[in-house]
Amino acid sequence: MKIDDKKIAELSHLAKLSFEGEEKEAIRKDLEKITGFCELLNEVDTTGVEPLIYLSDNVNVLREDQVKQDFTKEQALKNAPKADSDFFRVPKVINTARN
Amino acid sequence: MLYQSFDQIKSDLTASKISVEKLVNHYLSQIELKNSELNAFLEVYADEAKQQAKAIDHKIQNGEPTGSLAGLVIGLKDNLCYQGHHVSASSKILEGFESQFTATAVQRLLNEDAIVIGRLNCDEFAMGASNENSAYGNVKNAANIQYVPGGSSGGSAVAVQSDMCFAALGSDTGGSIRQPAAFCGQVGAKPTYGKISRWGLLSYASSFDQIGAITHTVTDNAMLTELMAGYDENDATSSQQEVSPYLPLQNMDRKLKIAYIGDCLNHEGMDAEIKEKTLELISDLKTKGHTLTEIDFPYLDQMVPCYYVLTTAEASSNLARYSGLTFGYRSSNSTDLESTFTLSRTEGFGPEVKRRIMLGTFVLSSNHYDAYYTKAQKVRQIIKQKTDDILKEFDFILLPTTSTPAFKIGEKSANPIAMYLADLFTVQAPLAGNPAISIPLSTHSIDNMPFGIQLIAARHDEKGMFEMAKYLEDIIQ
Repeated sequence: MKIDDKKIAELSHLAKLSFEGEEKEAIRKDLEKITGFCELLNEVDTTGVEPLIYLSDNVNVLREDQVKQDFTKEQALKNAPKADSDFFRVPKVINTARN
Repeated sequence: MLYQSFDQIKSDLTASKISVEKLVNHYLSQIELKNSELNAFLEVYADEAKQQAKAIDHKIQNGEPTGSLAGLVIGLKDNLCYQGHHVSASSKILEGFESQFTATAVQRLLNEDAIVIGRLNCDEFAMGASNENSAYGNVKNAANIQYVPGGSSGGSAVAVQSDMCFAALGSDTGGSIRQPAAFCGQVGAKPTYGKISRWGLLSYASSFDQIGAITHTVTDNAMLTELMAGYDENDATSSQQEVSPYLPLQNMDRKLKIAYIGDCLNHEGMDAEIKEKTLELISDLKTKGHTLTEIDFPYLDQMVPCYYVLTTAEASSNLARYSGLTFGYRSSNSTDLESTFTLSRTEGFGPEVKRRIMLGTFVLSSNHYDAYYTKAQKVRQIIKQKTDDILKEFDFILLPTTSTPAFKIGEKSANPIAMYLADLFTVQAPLAGNPAISIPLSTHSIDNMPFGIQLIAARHDEKGMFEMAKYLEDIIQ
């Protein structure tokens, strides 16, 4: 499928990734090739076929709703790129102007 | 090679011919000798492994009971959590991340006194077929360092191949255990979907991912798979079927009905020597009185596209958690929320991971969802039903693990589709959820590179699969 720069901009916004310069052209070409390759799927007639969604044989895996702690605050904060003793620290969330 | 089978280790331990500490020291010395060139281990837990070995030796000396895996030294693919140890999926985005709990599969082996000696390089987030996508460098095939070891569990295969540990765990999404096992001359098995809990496995594509083992022998693979298998309340998709013991593997004394796929052997990319050796095995099995039937599988061209549409969709969703907020890499250039997400992900992920996230985002976006994602789910249904139909009529499907032996480093890295086709014969089993195993078949006249033969069995028939694989192993040797 033909992929243009607008499509790359749209997808990279959704995926929270950024491609600049040569990388942008490379990902555009790759996606064009790979989507073209994936169009081989159209050669199979799937009329009336249900999509396969779950592979598990399990039906309704139920359990009691019990209160238990298996992860402490210290553990949760352990791998944070930035944290204080109680909270994750993140850059400012609310901006005055939207970019 | 110090030991080829765990039975030898056990009997030598019982006869006090070796100690667990000596075993650990042997593997550590092999790592010291070989790892700087092969790059299989990302981290080695030398002191910890020695201490654990001493504790187990102490129990043996005092006649105290030990676990069934006392003396087993394993390596873990770098996408399996082991509490208090780093895990990175060979990605910069998880550099320095420390597991806060242990994967169920790993814990079940630790409970039996297995010793984890280190964590093993892989393709970033298990995405790759050559171990060239790691943020920590390529892994090299120990049979010839100009060649790739396969992927994504390349470090796991090479560590076992080069005797740097006795066995290793990997994960298989489209062939990531079986293909590197074949390229490195080892045994690699992917159990039925849901057979082993995925709790503590870093997700790539959740409706495909399965943990499994790479070993020298079929028997040892069956032993590890059996111990890891079975329901886990932390993974609601893990199978609730009871696991009956696989060992001892019974002799195959009945006449079998085996299907082989003509479309695979006649595929344009099929290496002539692999085809010839496969046909020799087929005729050998016929001579032994088994029924081997060539069957059609008209979806060969669709299997890899189907696999890529579905796995990239699942990956784009699973990898959304790497946001730079609560764990993992955060770009130092971040100024606000949006730039924290975008810069951390852009700087943290490698090119193949980004490519797959973009493709997954594409196939899930509202304009293309039906044409690609739903279409692929329907094709997956057809592939599963066709595989089920074959395995109703036949005991097993026999096919080469790969269409070529290992390729040279750099040979396919510029062409994603050529690389994706390295999975051609291994994606059927995970698409259909079936167990499959690769065992060494022979070596190629070009540089003696190993290649494998693969068996696909009915879902939950691991016991039968391992028994048949053992039978083949004996014939091939």
